[in-house]
Amino acid sequence: MNDRPANSVDPKLLEILVCPLTKGRLEYDAARQELISRSAKLAYPIRDGIPIMLPEEARRLD
Amino acid sequence: MSAPLVFDRALLRTRRRRAVAGGAEMFLLERAADEMAERLAVVLRHFDLAVDLGTPGDALARSLAGSPKVGTLIAAEPDPHLRLAHPGPAVAVDAEASPFAPGSLDLVVSALSLQAVNDLPGTLVQVCRALRPDGLFLAVLLGGATLTELRQSFAEAEAERDGGISPRVAPFADVRDMGSLLQRAGFALPVTDVDRFTVRYASPFALMADLRRMGATNPLVERRRVPLRRATLMRMADIYAARFSDPDGRVRATFEFVWLSGWVPHESQQQPLKPGSAKTRLADALGTVEVKLPGEGK
Repeated sequence: MNDRPANSVDPKLLEILVCPLTKGRLEYDAARQELISRSAKLAYPIRDGIPIMLPEEARRLD
Repeated sequence: MSAPLVFDRALLRTRRRRAVAGGAEMFLLERAADEMAERLAVVLRHFDLAVDLGTPGDALARSLAGSPKVGTLIAAEPDPHLRLAHPGPAVAVDAEASPFAPGSLDLVVSALSLQAVNDLPGTLVQVCRALRPDGLFLAVLLGGATLTELRQSFAEAEAERDGGISPRVAPFADVRDMGSLLQRAGFALPVTDVDRFTVRYASPFALMADLRRMGATNPLVERRRVPLRRATLMRMADIYAARFSDPDGRVRATFEFVWLSGWVPHESQQQPLKPGSAKTRLADALGTVEVKLPGEGK
């Protein structure tokens, strides 16, 4: 389908991504394949190596 | 502060997915992408890290793939999974809530997407912040004259048949507003220009079929939720054919591309001088004699 290896995020992306709502820092959870925004209390999923930076698709943290 | 919701962006995504599944019509995007590549080719700068913000499909990515001006191009749109052929990094993004760190990008390009954001000023501010100093924003979006024939025909048919009109064709940005929006967002050297062209169709229905295949049918929040009546649709087609057809029977549809570009301020760019700091008199430059106005300059 494409050259993107499954489950690997481009490191260049990780360097420049912030939370779209708070513009705060993100933590990369490699095991769960999530980018965690503590400031927005949201975990953004990474699917097939593509970070899904859409708040409506993020998992809510409590 | 939140902008009024004009566009149903979730619906837009659904329409686009459906269009891609059915084989999307790409001629507008290809035209925009080719010209974008030409415009970038004459910029005397290399951009290491670029983002393609919201452009549907991969026409733009393909046009820029061979460009020596662009290093890495990140695909950023709500459904990057739809880009089967895009080999570079991708991220799912809504242009209205940008996930890029301040000062992290060298170039942001966008084709035929930003006409459907609800908060265009806010989106431009976010783009400006995400760019480094001397970073470039280059975008094309659909302008106010787009589909004017369809808009007029629908309005007339609905007024006649249904006793009132409902919003059927999206409002588009006016080019005269775009320059000031860019400036307000913080861009220097803003430039806007318009490319207006006509596409001819066998009938208004052929136009509407194309719009469906572009995923571009009515995305308005305030759209009428009851199905369009057949009688209204037929009347619309009659009015369209009567008012906007060529002698050979084909109908005209106007599309307007509004091009925007702006640079993030940097000391290397040309700057205005401080008022009063001129070293040469204007009168000397013009080779004329300075005449004081009555009552001026004692």
